[in-house]
Amino acid sequence: MKILVAIKQVPDTATQMKLGADGKTIDPTGITWIVSPYDEFAVEEALRIKEKRGQGEVVAVSLGPDRVKEALRSCLAMGCDRAIHLNDPAWGAADTLMTARALAAVVKQEAPQLVLCGRQAIDDDMGALPAQLGELLGWPSAYWIMEEAVDADGKTVRVARQVEGGLEVFDLPLPAIVTAQKGLNEPRYPTLKGIMGAKKKELKDVKAADVGLAAEAPQLSITALEALPPRPPGRIIQGDLPTAVKELVRSLREDAKAI
Amino acid sequence: MRFTLTDEQQMIQAMAREFAESEIRPIAAEIDREARFPHETVKRMAELGLLGIIVPEAWGGSGGDTVSYVVALEEIARACASHAVVMAVNNSLYCWPVLTYGTDEQKERFLTPFAAGHQLGCFALTEPQAGSDATNQHTLAVRDGDAYVLNGKKQFVSTGREASAALVFCQTDVAKGSHGISAFLVEKSAPGLSVSKTEDKLGIRASDTAELVFEDCRVPAAQRLGEEGQGFRIALSTLDGGRIGIAAQAVGIARAAYERSIAYARERTSFGVPIGQHQMVQWMLADMATTIDGARLLTQRAAALKDAGAPHGAAAAMAKLFAAETAMKVTTDAIQVHGGYGYIKEYDVERYFRDAKITQIYEGTSQIQKLVIARHVLGERA
Repeated sequence: MKILVAIKQVPDTATQMKLGADGKTIDPTGITWIVSPYDEFAVEEALRIKEKRGQGEVVAVSLGPDRVKEALRSCLAMGCDRAIHLNDPAWGAADTLMTARALAAVVKQEAPQLVLCGRQAIDDDMGALPAQLGELLGWPSAYWIMEEAVDADGKTVRVARQVEGGLEVFDLPLPAIVTAQKGLNEPRYPTLKGIMGAKKKELKDVKAADVGLAAEAPQLSITALEALPPRPPGRIIQGDLPTAVKELVRSLREDAKAI
Repeated sequence: MRFTLTDEQQMIQAMAREFAESEIRPIAAEIDREARFPHETVKRMAELGLLGIIVPEAWGGSGGDTVSYVVALEEIARACASHAVVMAVNNSLYCWPVLTYGTDEQKERFLTPFAAGHQLGCFALTEPQAGSDATNQHTLAVRDGDAYVLNGKKQFVSTGREASAALVFCQTDVAKGSHGISAFLVEKSAPGLSVSKTEDKLGIRASDTAELVFEDCRVPAAQRLGEEGQGFRIALSTLDGGRIGIAAQAVGIARAAYERSIAYARERTSFGVPIGQHQMVQWMLADMATTIDGARLLTQRAAALKDAGAPHGAAAAMAKLFAAETAMKVTTDAIQVHGGYGYIKEYDVERYFRDAKITQIYEGTSQIQKLVIARHVLGERA
């Protein structure tokens, strides 16, 4: 069974974000880049499916500039068999729809039985791509999946989707798109052998023309980015305990309107 | 000259850091308090390939280089110095000499399962009367047919209790002095070999330090590592590499203490400002940052020399000396930055201080490193 995992490289959650001079982009200086955590769940699940079935191929794919190779190499180190890097200036301003079109073109070429990805990337939190990809391919898709089981024949997948207060269970015919929610699994660390071996695995550069796509303008443009307002400082209520408690309750009720 | 790690080295560093942060650091204080050997996390280290980094895959290892080994070891030591010593001993004091001097038959049995971390090895050189004076070996190995009979006592053996095999140095020809020392691979289960005690230590308390007693312990001649009389040379070349590992451990301990000090200097206030605003605290932090960087550069240089197959004995001694002294000074000052809070066990700097001390002692004291360095700079042979 061939599984394609779509991943996105995002800034590490510990990174202090700064706006670029144009007010429309993030200043990339000093950013540590990682594989988006939900996508790591997807990679892990793909590897587990392959291991459980004892055969198959896991292909990692990502769209972005040269630095994205680092993220794809991490996936190879974790155990993916090969990687595809959609790397073309034509995709420089890609929005989710352009990205979905590029991925759909790769999926058509690769013909996997399953596409896995994170429920959303943790940078812009759009979460739009899997649905767009499903629509473009005409494939069934299920999102925010906590459990998954591909049937023995590789014809269907049973997924459990997180909903309020429980799980919703669906059977999807394959090929399908499934997106990972936290809790699906615990991603492995790459082993030293995996890291050493990653360099020997195929990491293919793919241009728009290679997948038969012409340049297009993004449908979405960013008008402005604004930094979060600084958090107001906490307030320490002074005084003896009974008075302080009264003041705390009053403040929670009247100022914060929390109770 | 390049000061950047390769992509692989960076990935290994990141993996070791994440693993150490999430799985080792949370238990470090507890296993120190209980002096408990961390079997589960050592097993995880084995699975990740951290226990046989420099051994080729064909012999059960990860096929990495010494630079990868030291960057990974620094990350592990930053979380817990006890885990770091277990890793250092298995990698450089046990696997490396077996890889370098062993026959294929010896490697099959005494390297492959150890490089994979399924079993741990240890290095038994020190004796009650033979510490820095390591040539003063009293443990005897007497040839008897196709075997040797070992008698004597080995002390302060790191991982001595938990290990499944020991690399043991014995006198095979007393008349020849240091040229009469030979090395043997001995299974811990061998009749006549027993662990007589485990030490109660100041630091690296979760690692075990044991005394091994040999009483008419028969070891097949096929388990002699290298030639008869080659033992002391094996010990010295092993320690040249081992010292690079201890330097990395010292850098990791120092960095942990430094990072805690930075965080504390930002949050703790005195005289109405964060203490990091006080020049005397800044002075200590600046010294910590500078000496840690220096220690790391010396360590990585020694590792890079070893990888290049270049002489690295002096570089390793310098790295170990400077890193150990740095770790002791930085952890001492880290307690000073923390004041009274640094002196209590609730804050980790107290443990870092205790852990740092051993790096000035084992695998050659700071004084012995100076002796090694002086001999190199004066052009004399050891």
